[in-house]
Amino acid sequence: MHILDPDDLQAVWLTLKLASVATLLLLLIATPLAWWLAHSRKWYRSIVAALVALPLVLPPTVLGFYLLVLMGPQGPVGELTQALHLGTLPFTFAGLVVGSVLFSLPFAVQPLRNAFEAIGRRPLEVAATLRAGAWDRFVSVALPLARPGFFTAIILAFAHTVGEFGVVLMLGGNIPGETRVLSVTIYNHVEAMEYGAANWLAGSMVLFSFVVLLGLYLAGGKFARVMQ
Amino acid sequence: MNPVNAPGIRADFKLQLDSFVLDAAFSAPDAGVTALFGPSGSGKTTLLRCIAGLERAAGSLHINGETWQDAARFVPVHQRPLGYVFQEASLFPHLSVRANLEYGLKRIPPSERKVPLEQVMEWLGLSRLIGRGDPAKLSGGERQRIAIGRALLTSPRILLMDEPLAALDTGSKQEILPYLERLHRELNIPVLYVSHALDEVARLADHLVLLEQGRVIASGALNETLARLDLPTAHLDDAGAVIEAAVAQHDEKYHLTRLDFSGGQLWVGKVDRPFGSVVRARVLARDVSIATQQPHGTSINNVLKARIDEIRDEGPDKVIVRMTVGDADRLLSRITRRSRDHLGLAAGMEVFAQMKSVVLTT
Repeated sequence: MHILDPDDLQAVWLTLKLASVATLLLLLIATPLAWWLAHSRKWYRSIVAALVALPLVLPPTVLGFYLLVLMGPQGPVGELTQALHLGTLPFTFAGLVVGSVLFSLPFAVQPLRNAFEAIGRRPLEVAATLRAGAWDRFVSVALPLARPGFFTAIILAFAHTVGEFGVVLMLGGNIPGETRVLSVTIYNHVEAMEYGAANWLAGSMVLFSFVVLLGLYLAGGKFARVMQ
Repeated sequence: MNPVNAPGIRADFKLQLDSFVLDAAFSAPDAGVTALFGPSGSGKTTLLRCIAGLERAAGSLHINGETWQDAARFVPVHQRPLGYVFQEASLFPHLSVRANLEYGLKRIPPSERKVPLEQVMEWLGLSRLIGRGDPAKLSGGERQRIAIGRALLTSPRILLMDEPLAALDTGSKQEILPYLERLHRELNIPVLYVSHALDEVARLADHLVLLEQGRVIASGALNETLARLDLPTAHLDDAGAVIEAAVAQHDEKYHLTRLDFSGGQLWVGKVDRPFGSVVRARVLARDVSIATQQPHGTSINNVLKARIDEIRDEGPDKVIVRMTVGDADRLLSRITRRSRDHLGLAAGMEVFAQMKSVVLTT
């Protein structure tokens, strides 16, 4: 029987780290973006919405390819990061984080946008007539009422980052401890005809994903009842 | 006096929303209830939202000498000392009943808290509701009472109410009206009350602003305005006049109360109010008939001497008659054209107005 070896465990750890960091950053970016998309009446709102949704339809390799070019030594982003003495992002963990955030953006933005739109203007107007300023209204009314949306956004963003393969391969390659995440490791095992090892990792992923989702849905059910 | 610094409410707004145009200017006294009355789509709610700052229109707004909006200034909603009651109670579903009540209270500095919680709870009968955790478990009328209390607890300098009864069933309406009448007596701040129900307006308002298709077509004291035959209010099915009169005598035997006013006496079903207290009676135009001589042998209790001011045709068969009783009180009467011609009724004639029914509203 093949048990997870240290390299496999390293990949698992790296994947969880990547997904956690990306999800945290996604919440910070997607929340204001979703709020703006839900409330803005600017003419270019649809353009921004389409750009955010682009990763849904683009093949991950296409996104990964352009990120590689943009962030590479000759790309505009790459020149900027080099000028700031940060080096270049491709083939680093930071590069993976950037790619994951962009790739999973629609999965965080859409549930939040739906939640903000479902709240409607009324509760915020009520809060305004009760002397709550804009930030106060957001924190005391919009955030608590949008909790189911945050719950969905976190699950989707995290799960989507864990499962990502194409962008990682294009942008991060296969460096152990730096960019070799779970999906790449499974692919390597399969390439090397190590089906047993691939099975252990893939099976653990299935089990882990199921347990996480089940736990969240059970908690979410309880939460939904409290909300009523 | 500089009109901008004068007490009272001075509003002037222009706003285009798709095909609807609001172009409304009015002023209202700094006390009592001013009803913004008009049919659906006349712009009452939009006008109220402009006053609250929820809608950003061009124009100006002065409340008791304070400028809330003019060409240079727009005070944001949360900095306006107002209370707003929406058509639906709109309680926050994630907060308890008590937290809802205290939401605004917590957001004003303690030095500005002029309306104590106990006072509001007493006015609105909230003591049995405040301990109930989840606002979703309250009835519609109870929720609206919490919403009104929530608005009052911010110690507003003006209270804006947007058809607070319209979303309630008849039972809840009857339950909540006495509370509103109590507020009407107790509050010393002006109230703007949006409604399309004439009976509510007759019951609660002192002053009337009439809207039609986004424009103010008339405004003035309630009883004067309701009795103006050139306005659509006099031609509604439930048109009628309002008379304020003092409780003068209780007749225990027949369970009646006598009210006195400058035009004479009115007998109404017994009211439990002390002598001298002023109550408001509503007399519908369809309940008033006219006689040219003092009627004898009639079952009608209330007959007043009146002078005809004006008669207007109303459709092919009816006319509406406006009469003055006493010093300056008005009555409306809806009769047939045939009766008018048979009796030879004309402006200036002294007649007797017979009231089949007088409804006490307070």
